[in-house]
Amino acid sequence: MPESYLDHAATTRLRPVALAALTEALTERWGNPSGAHGPARHARRALDDARDLVAAAVGAEPGEVVFTSGGTEADNLAVRGVHAAVGGTVAAGATEHHAVLEPVAALDGATVAVDPLGRLDLDALDATLREAAAAGRPVRLLSVMAANNETGARNDLHAVADRLAAAASSAEPGPSTGGGAAAAGRVVLHTDAVAAAAWLDLRHAAAPADLVTLSGHKVGGPKGIGALVVRRGTPLRPLLLGGGQEQERRSGTPDVAGAVAFAAALDEAVREREATVARVEALRGRLVAGLAAIDGVEVLSPADPSARTAGTVLAGVRGVDREALVFLLDRAGIAASWGSSCASGASEPSHVLAAMGVEPELARGALRLSLGWCSTEADVAHLLDVLPGAVADLRGGAAP
Amino acid sequence: MSRVLVMMSGGVDSSVAAALLRDAGHEVVGVTLKLWGGDSDSGCCSIRDVDDARRVADRLGIDHHTFNFTDDFTRHVVEPYAAAHAAGDTPNPCIECNRHLKFQSVWERARRLGFDAVATGHHARIVEVDGRHRLARGADRAKDQSYVLHMLDQDQLAATLLPIGAMQKAEVRALAARLDLRTATKADSQDVCFITRRAGRGAFLGERIPLTPATVVDRTGAPVGRVDAVELVTYGQRKGLGLAGGTDPRYVVDIDRRAATATVTVGDRRDLLVDGETVGAPTWSDPGLARLAERRARVIVQTSAHGEPAPATLGRAGDEAGDGDGSGGAAVTITWDEPRRRVAPGQSVAFYDGDLVLGGGTVVRAGRPADPA
Repeated sequence: MPESYLDHAATTRLRPVALAALTEALTERWGNPSGAHGPARHARRALDDARDLVAAAVGAEPGEVVFTSGGTEADNLAVRGVHAAVGGTVAAGATEHHAVLEPVAALDGATVAVDPLGRLDLDALDATLREAAAAGRPVRLLSVMAANNETGARNDLHAVADRLAAAASSAEPGPSTGGGAAAAGRVVLHTDAVAAAAWLDLRHAAAPADLVTLSGHKVGGPKGIGALVVRRGTPLRPLLLGGGQEQERRSGTPDVAGAVAFAAALDEAVREREATVARVEALRGRLVAGLAAIDGVEVLSPADPSARTAGTVLAGVRGVDREALVFLLDRAGIAASWGSSCASGASEPSHVLAAMGVEPELARGALRLSLGWCSTEADVAHLLDVLPGAVADLRGGAAP
Repeated sequence: MSRVLVMMSGGVDSSVAAALLRDAGHEVVGVTLKLWGGDSDSGCCSIRDVDDARRVADRLGIDHHTFNFTDDFTRHVVEPYAAAHAAGDTPNPCIECNRHLKFQSVWERARRLGFDAVATGHHARIVEVDGRHRLARGADRAKDQSYVLHMLDQDQLAATLLPIGAMQKAEVRALAARLDLRTATKADSQDVCFITRRAGRGAFLGERIPLTPATVVDRTGAPVGRVDAVELVTYGQRKGLGLAGGTDPRYVVDIDRRAATATVTVGDRRDLLVDGETVGAPTWSDPGLARLAERRARVIVQTSAHGEPAPATLGRAGDEAGDGDGSGGAAVTITWDEPRRRVAPGQSVAFYDGDLVLGGGTVVRAGRPADPA
């Protein structure tokens, strides 16, 4: 049975260049980079090279890159680290990843509504800023993902930053301090770019953000490594205290091999990005056309390429339960997803689709098909070959 | 060989059920149900139990999935459970879970997914009698679970496999140990899965229904105790009534749950005795068995999961008894051979012919007090 992998948004295959970097670092760069001898310098050099590559991909300075254990730790560091430094209200879009929403909720923060395409509602943002200020707890951190992990919907961070600036100038008329995020009252902008990194030029897309979250395994690196880019002047307290590694922002001996492999994967993804996007857009076109030909299937991701990433297609299938559909696809050798799962592996109601106002029947039949750097025409053809029959089987006959 | 979806709770019984099905040559897929999204001690829903089920499936070399049925569970089990308590009944949520979830929602999904049958680790057997399917008591009488499966009909019995029903519990554990299954020595689950020991039933219900304090009185009407929630009191209850000691055991024999006059009456054991009960919405293992009530058939009746079965005579209830929620047949009566302790309304009863289940239903109203003569 052919195996077709259509879940690149969950994780993607390790790039060969990352595997080579990983094994080289594990075997040859095993020193502790904090040491003062040859093996330490050897490891330190690899870690610094990795930091340079990650910084270049995001348009940041190497000293602004903090390696973490992954996207979840980076999101937690951003939200909780800024709150610990400056207090106030932390706010996030309603469709953010749980790694943002849970720390925001734990800090009694605010969520901001999104429009039906899943983009932050800027008028709702204004209202949140006003309400928080009126309550004496002004918003000091706003987290807005560059692209959504379930739908691929993009946010325009430039528009978000403009709106934050406009709100700041109308609230506090006076000369702009221009002193960066550390200036009193300014809202720190964080973006979770985990789902965007393989698809967007983050040097532009994430430029307005003070903090940028990245994850290794979404770009073809290993799991267990990620980064938070902390632009100079951003107020942030560390979560992990200890030896003061990573510019005193994240103590603990760094995962040198993970960082090196992550950087190699990200570097290759960035260099091949335009070619990958063009190829995947063509596959996506075939996929979406095939989905549209099935009765009662609606694509919930934005159609406009500038409003979404190339890889992720979220569809709603009427009259079908998402768990049952993913089960049947799995039995046919196709790896797909319904969105997000809890730790038990059971499906969870999607907060993303709920926030977008998607009707419950479509949300119940949610099917996420996500393409990646190694997707092939055969993957899409296999899915389109199996899906109509699976949907018909599940709809067939008796009451739901 | 057929395709079988085995429900794996993470316990030893369903672990061994999966192993036996695999060894019988079936194409087996394991599934653990996520039924409850709230707090839980163990039950069917905790991550640890899902982990156990998955690791047993790994060991057996079968695929394992987790299905989320929390919406159905809330609608068909949790909400009716709270509503039943609010109405003064004593519900049996595990039976409703079997009725609506395991052998209905899950079976319907399994059928759509191309499975020929579902299986569980219940201690009960499915046998053939005159070409018809019948549910029978499990071989291990101490562990018999036929009572909680009494609602299965012919279609369900035809599509269900109960692989360990012919085994003793000790044999099940020994086989699990021989197969090196991590659940071999795991304790059996006992309690309602959606109620935690820490918070208890009172806290759970208190968040969902209004609770009414009540005075506890004796048969003369003299106040002797107090309860915080009349909705949590059940017939035959002895503890938690705020009674002073030093008397013969006293039992709840009557409950008046009207808010203004909420009263719980206690009396002695004899005050609990009834001649019979009325059973609403009965279901039958085979449609033809419904005639047993008209024929005033002699049956054995079991009124709780591990209660002692007792002989009784079936009969048709008068029209005033109704037919419950309309999902079952016409209400029936049971008349005990000897007066027995009354069964709380909301409790399930199962009818047997020897070891064979005939059907069962839910006690819908107070039993008929035993004739003092």
